[in-house]
Amino acid sequence: MTSIKKPLVDKHLPKNRQGLTLRDYEGVASTLCAGCGHDSITAAFVKAFHELDLEPHRAAKVSGIGCSSKTTAYFLGQSSGINTVHGRMPSVATGAAAVNPDLHYIGVSGDGDSLSIGLGQFAHAIRRNLDMLYVIENNGVYGLTKGQFSASADIGTRAKYGEVNEQSPIDPVRLALTLGATFVARSFSGDKEQLVPLIKAGLMHRGFAVIDVVSPCVTFNDHAGSTKSYAHTYKYYHPVVHADFVPEEMEITADYAAGEAITIPVHSGGEVVLRKTPDSHDPRDRDAAFDLLKDLDGPEIPTGLIYIDESRPEMGEMNNIPETPLNAIDHSKLCPGSDKLKELMDGYS
Amino acid sequence: MNVQTQPETARSSAVKINDFVLKIGNVNGTGSASANGLLMKAIFRMGVPVVGKNLFPSNIQGLPTWYEIRVSKDGWTARSGNIDLMVAMNLESYEQDLKSVSPGGALLYDSTWPRPKLHGRDDVTVIGVPLAKMTNTEFANARTRVLMKNMAYVGAVAALTGIDMAVIQSLVEETFKAKPKLFAPNMKALMLGHDYITRNYDALPLHVEPMDATKGNILIEGNDAAALGCVYAGATFGAWYPITPSTSLMDGFKSHCQKLRVDPETGKNNYCIIQAEDELSAIGMVIGANWNGARSFTPTSGPGISLMSEFIGFAYYAEVPAVLFDIQRVGPSTGMPTRTQQGDITLAAYASHGDTKHIVLFPADPKECFELAVDAFDAAERYQTPVFVLSDLDIGMNEWMVPRLEWDDARRPDRGKVLNAEQLDKIEKFYRYMDVDGDGIPYRTIPGEHPKGAFFTRGSGHTKFGGYTEDSAAYQEVLDRILQKWKNSADHLPAPIIESAAKPTRRAILTVGGCDGAVREAIARMAETGLHFDYLRVKAFPFHSEIETFIAAHETVFVVEQNRDGQLRQLLINETAAEKKQLVSILDYSGMPADTGLIAQMISDHCQAEA
Repeated sequence: MTSIKKPLVDKHLPKNRQGLTLRDYEGVASTLCAGCGHDSITAAFVKAFHELDLEPHRAAKVSGIGCSSKTTAYFLGQSSGINTVHGRMPSVATGAAAVNPDLHYIGVSGDGDSLSIGLGQFAHAIRRNLDMLYVIENNGVYGLTKGQFSASADIGTRAKYGEVNEQSPIDPVRLALTLGATFVARSFSGDKEQLVPLIKAGLMHRGFAVIDVVSPCVTFNDHAGSTKSYAHTYKYYHPVVHADFVPEEMEITADYAAGEAITIPVHSGGEVVLRKTPDSHDPRDRDAAFDLLKDLDGPEIPTGLIYIDESRPEMGEMNNIPETPLNAIDHSKLCPGSDKLKELMDGYS
Repeated sequence: MNVQTQPETARSSAVKINDFVLKIGNVNGTGSASANGLLMKAIFRMGVPVVGKNLFPSNIQGLPTWYEIRVSKDGWTARSGNIDLMVAMNLESYEQDLKSVSPGGALLYDSTWPRPKLHGRDDVTVIGVPLAKMTNTEFANARTRVLMKNMAYVGAVAALTGIDMAVIQSLVEETFKAKPKLFAPNMKALMLGHDYITRNYDALPLHVEPMDATKGNILIEGNDAAALGCVYAGATFGAWYPITPSTSLMDGFKSHCQKLRVDPETGKNNYCIIQAEDELSAIGMVIGANWNGARSFTPTSGPGISLMSEFIGFAYYAEVPAVLFDIQRVGPSTGMPTRTQQGDITLAAYASHGDTKHIVLFPADPKECFELAVDAFDAAERYQTPVFVLSDLDIGMNEWMVPRLEWDDARRPDRGKVLNAEQLDKIEKFYRYMDVDGDGIPYRTIPGEHPKGAFFTRGSGHTKFGGYTEDSAAYQEVLDRILQKWKNSADHLPAPIIESAAKPTRRAILTVGGCDGAVREAIARMAETGLHFDYLRVKAFPFHSEIETFIAAHETVFVVEQNRDGQLRQLLINETAAEKKQLVSILDYSGMPADTGLIAQMISDHCQAEA
């Protein structure tokens, strides 16, 4: 039950600039299976938001239906959230962001929610460059209905009871890149070192930031023969570009050797800092990103920030919306009044 | 020359002054809409009440289309059931068009191509005008010729019925104010038709005579009026997926916003319209925007409501406001997308799985589209629930003569129970679904406004505190409160219109929406034959308590509606104490706007059979 209260411990945890500890960014206790990859992602969210000094009530969580979508209750307990219907979270986020772009929108979805029932909404949110962080907790399998293949199941992967998938998978990373997403990343729930900075960068990115996080399902898809198991993922997934977010007021530390780091200023202040590895590419180069992904059928799966473009207008800009959020404009500015109506009526007579 | 003498029957009939029907049969996509609109507007400008019904196919070009103009000195707005002058421009529908003319009526056709074999009615005056021949001689360009042929029949009809050419001329001037070059050719075409008639024919016994009965009135389409209602209600967000016949509502909202909602200082839009990828997404966006505290809406039609149903149940149970305009068309399935019907009454009332009941408002004309649009936003926020405005193609896409729309500057939006930052500061803890005031309506907050106002919205089982639950009692408590909230709204929504018969009667007619005009006229017609009826028109669901009282006071209540299954009657049986046998269905689901003659006939027949 999600209403189980967590015991209050660790009173002396470090506080961030909001005066909040990590615990203040947690939610209710998870009801997922012990060892679920999703819980690691939840923990990464908590850490990222704490490190970003985010005011919890200025974040809004949105999700669909599925194991992954449940997790929005497990972090940011002091934020508003809306757990919508299956596959339709992007539309709710679109309406919410259109009328108040000042909140940080955090979408959590799964491979079923985003790549099957919600494929259309996922695609169109990308086309609109909706300003939100969109995390797909990808395990290749339907958990809540007990183990059916999802659309991200790889060819040749085995289900728990031996069935082999022959249908070609939908890769959210290549799909997002094709549709024009402006921040595309892949990560692994077991790699917090990589995931936490990516979440921070994705959240601060202006536009649609999608992170596909391979998140093994311990109950239905963590056996030999599964391509989304912990063992398989550890073996074949390799970081290529490390991205971090550095707030405006913090200087870039000496961690980054000269020539190794690329910095990209983001709209809301601060910078995304990229560090490449020997076999990586420049994530500002879309063609290079496609090249990097074209050999996905081989054993090596690149992870990290695959592509970033801060220059494209996001949905609000495309729609010329004002500084003051639409949900905060006074009625006197919205209602043209009786004299104007009289004038308008003359045109109908 | 095709001059024909008028038959005896026609010549002897009395002149119909400001009380006749003119119908134009044409080919879709030939630009006839502007010609027909010009005719109607000219009659309106002469001070004579008029209404136009566009009967068009689901087609861009080539299929038959009709436009029916009723001139009614008494201000009746429905189709009368007669056709006094038929302008038969379409060879394909000529035979059908000729057949449809009322005895003693007249038919005008393009005599460039003689149709001797098709004249087979000697009770109809047939008038041939070589429209194509004349316009082909005068105009060079092929498209211009087609358009000008239409203007020529406008001139001919004006000459036949006494429509003032000076009024037409001033309208043409207004139309082409921005393109003055087009004025002269249009006038020329008009005069070609006009002068041909005056040279070769007598005027018909159908006459438009100046009156003073349109002052204070306008001609407006319901969708346009509803769009203005959204602007005045303070809606800032609209999401939609194009679907006939609702599209012109969002087109209207956009064009009004471009004039009324662009900040003069910043040039920014104080509105946002998103064309969604489908209706499922459109309603999701509307729910997201409303959840975030902005008034938002979606216009659609029946198929769209079907697609939105899952989300409608979510908004109902999670108590998120939303306004949905359903401009009904003929179903089921794709049905007849350009024909009118009231087929979504039960769909709207109970949309979605599980126990769901909604607030539905029923406008009867464009003026009410404006008024009920504003009321819908108030109700949605007051009751924190989806609200439907159930219009239809006839109301939405036809120009109706209605009193000028008015706005009371003292009116403020009813945002319902929303706790602002100041109020949240003062309370200890906020629970989203707690019935604090005992009226079934909880308090809500706007996300991001205040740390204490944060809450988690879910469509899964939840307690009054907002937490997830699978506990039966806690679940039922919330579900029962939502029902109570809905019931409590009944007497606060727009009350029914009730009119008593001239003489005491045990019979009544009850109807909804666009049937109003036809039913009230049918009541007047039947009163002349000694049949008297009290009248009630439903304006909202859940039903106002007066509706049950009204039904109880009558032996027989005829329920007039435009669908096959008597959906309004079903709802009355379901939701009031009315007896099944008390409620007699009078149904017209032909797809045509309500027809006075047909309704009067069906009810009279029933009364006769009873006697």
